[in-house]
Amino acid sequence: MSLKAFHIIFVTACTLLAFGFGAWALHSYSTTKATLDLVMAIVALVCGVGMIWYGRYFLKKLKNISYL
Amino acid sequence: MEIPYTAKIRPDTGLYNAKLGIWLFLASEIMLFGALFSSYILLRVGAEPGTWPQGLLNVPLGTFNTLVLICSSVTVVLGWAALKMNQFNKYRIYQGITILCALIFMVVKSFEYHDKFVHYFVRLNDGTEMNGHIEGNPMFMTLAKLKQQNKAEFVFHPDAPKADHKEEGNAGVAHATMTIQTADVRKLESWGPWHNTFLAIYFTLTALHALHVIGGALVIFMIWGPLAGMWKTDPERYTNRVEVSGLFWHFVDLVWIFLFPVLYLL
Repeated sequence: MSLKAFHIIFVTACTLLAFGFGAWALHSYSTTKATLDLVMAIVALVCGVGMIWYGRYFLKKLKNISYL
Repeated sequence: MEIPYTAKIRPDTGLYNAKLGIWLFLASEIMLFGALFSSYILLRVGAEPGTWPQGLLNVPLGTFNTLVLICSSVTVVLGWAALKMNQFNKYRIYQGITILCALIFMVVKSFEYHDKFVHYFVRLNDGTEMNGHIEGNPMFMTLAKLKQQNKAEFVFHPDAPKADHKEEGNAGVAHATMTIQTADVRKLESWGPWHNTFLAIYFTLTALHALHVIGGALVIFMIWGPLAGMWKTDPERYTNRVEVSGLFWHFVDLVWIFLFPVLYLL
């Protein structure tokens, strides 16, 4: 498996983490009403969307490099 | 004698030798971290309800460190891609950022560790339990050391209780600075790995991970700096070295992607 293939796995894991963390922070905000929790939730969800965009960009940029 | 298959693909494996080697090594690493993760999950699931300490770690700092490591993985792969496209200067910039991210990660981690080593649990003779800081923020203070230094009393700042977290102690303790007589103290210990099972696993896992970060950053630095001359003599082999170091770096970052939610959030 090349670095390209491993990077795609990594980006997938990061995207899942970002959305999971966003959900956790939103849940935390619903109980604490702390602004920091809300900020972390928004940043995490934006990062999740950003990771999806980056993953597509990365696949396009390295389309000529093997997965092996 | 020339080392075979450093750049060319070995026909029977379909890979150059270093890539096969790093994947075998990473397989052993997965077993190492897998065993520690399994231990943590078994202890966490087996704990009596309400007894597992939560909220001991700084989530914003952990989040920042997670972002730093994700950035470093992006730059490591972009650096490798730049070499594939014959853009050595771009590679230099991307890998430089990777090394910088590794340094930032370690600095933040050291602050987190320091914060634990100056945080104390106190149990008084009357059974009162508190968590907080000793005036002057000494590290690794113990009751024996206090007695050795002939300190009859010390100033203690208890933590403010957090409504959403299950922390040890501080239940019903007023959040006001107090002077405690050393003779009244039954137990005093910092939040090191000896304090409870959670912190023991936290320090074991994160310290092992930090050692990997240091090792990976050193290898990336060596390839980026002192060994960069190989780019002129054997660019294909040099690019392969960068890929192998990048695979290791991705593994280290992927471990953190699992460590962060397990230790900081759940």
